[in-house]
Amino acid sequence: MRFMVLVKATEDSEAGVMPSEEMLTAMGKYNEELVQAGVLLAGEGLHPSSKGARVRFSGADRTVVDGPFTETKELIAGFWLIQVKSREEAIEWVRRCPNPHEGESEIEIRQVLEAEDFGEAATPEVLEQEQRLRDQVAAQQE
Amino acid sequence: MAVSDTPSDTHRAVEAVWRIESARLIAGLARMVHDIGLAEELAQDALVAALEQWPESGIPDNPGAWLMSIAKRRAIDQFRRNERFDRKLTELGREAETRQELGEPDLDAIEDDIGDDLLRLVFTACHPVLSTQARVALTLRLLGGLTTEEVARAFLVPEPTVAQRIVRAKRTLAKKKVPFEVPRGAELAQRLSSVLEVIYLIFNEGYSATAGDDWMRPALCEDALRLGRILAELAPREPEVHGLVALMEIQASRSRARMDATGAPVLLLDQDRGRWDQLLIRRGLAALERAEGLGSTGPYTLQAAIAACHARARTAEDTDWHRIAALYDALGRLAPSPVVELNRAVAVAMAFGPEPALELVDALAAEPALERYHLLPSVRADLLRRLGRHAEARAEFERAAALTRNERERALLLERAAASAREPVSS
Repeated sequence: MRFMVLVKATEDSEAGVMPSEEMLTAMGKYNEELVQAGVLLAGEGLHPSSKGARVRFSGADRTVVDGPFTETKELIAGFWLIQVKSREEAIEWVRRCPNPHEGESEIEIRQVLEAEDFGEAATPEVLEQEQRLRDQVAAQQE
Repeated sequence: MAVSDTPSDTHRAVEAVWRIESARLIAGLARMVHDIGLAEELAQDALVAALEQWPESGIPDNPGAWLMSIAKRRAIDQFRRNERFDRKLTELGREAETRQELGEPDLDAIEDDIGDDLLRLVFTACHPVLSTQARVALTLRLLGGLTTEEVARAFLVPEPTVAQRIVRAKRTLAKKKVPFEVPRGAELAQRLSSVLEVIYLIFNEGYSATAGDDWMRPALCEDALRLGRILAELAPREPEVHGLVALMEIQASRSRARMDATGAPVLLLDQDRGRWDQLLIRRGLAALERAEGLGSTGPYTLQAAIAACHARARTAEDTDWHRIAALYDALGRLAPSPVVELNRAVAVAMAFGPEPALELVDALAAEPALERYHLLPSVRADLLRRLGRHAEARAEFERAAALTRNERERALLLERAAASAREPVSS
């Protein structure tokens, strides 16, 4: 199973303060461990939200809002995508992560949905819609 | 907020630690005691100690080091108690070295050797003195951290059978005095291919059974991928390791598209490519590049290159069949097999038309290995149909239908036979 491991932002990360050399070294070592254990699928650090944007949806309307965004603790500063055997294994790997920021910080672990998780949400309507979409794509390729 | 403090939480956490640490633990211990059976027992003892103590004390900061020091202490106890073992060590002429290692725990030194130890463990578990089944069971147990029960469920065999297999395998390794080491020189290539074979076998056991409702079997694909990725880090200069990883990543990228909503298998060319996992494809292509960068044209790299041709094609029509035919040609020369030849024929048909392909297929007619293989008449039927030889095509479709054991496939083949019967017979 796959887990998305989300590093929450802090005031420093939002201010664009780059990690120290020590931190980079520690993180590099940790990433290496994840790779050597065959666990890491992908991972990236993110720029502060001041460089980001949000697109708000309301019915058919779209509104673009530029960053920065205020609720720092709800923001993401980076992520890993890992493949492990259990939620506990994901937690154990995250426990081993160096503290990604100076002082207090938090890392969130979320399981990635797989096709079979959709279960009943994949109603005949959804499947039919998907089939229609496929037919359209196929027609475009003729 | 939930903190891991109830016994069952701790139990699951211990299992997670075990999953992460067991292979390294067993590998490190095996180097000291030169016996993977004993190493595993010592590691298991440490696990039991963790299950007893961690619910009280909490999980230590460095659980791997904790388990290792417990296991080493047990090993020393065994040494003192067990005269038989002393004799054995003397026989091996390694007493002084081993005693020193066991007597003075130096965890930093162990850390440095972990990569080598793991490699030694892989090569020992996949040693050619063992049967393929034994190699698979031992590898999953010692390196994949699977329980005997999990291995049994994955391979649909009774648990005692697997347990027996593992016990016998360990005994064979001890009896044949298989050294705990990484082979060097000319032996390396041959031994490595045994390791790769085991990993790919595990992958295929999971991959070919994706339709089953038993979750263990698809999980085997993940186990095999993990083993392959670990091996690629341990032996980064070995191109075929990257070739195998590339092949598995690309094949795994199609899992979601291999079945329709009713659970029926969907052929590669009919799959919805939007459902292919692009992350795994990218990883696969990167691994293939590493393999090719090391100058590999080994069988796994060639198969990965074929898989990559499909992965790169945005639609089935975009497939580079000329390249695939050339790759099958190379694969057929390197690792000749009737199945590869048949696949080559299909690629040739797609690239150059049915006539040269039919020649290749006809050359396989006398192949005993394909005598009961329904895809031979099925491919032949399709080529005959394309050549307008409908009466012959019909007979071949019917022959293929009689040979397949899959009901859905039989229905499809009979349908195609009937369609051929309706075609006007060409002169």
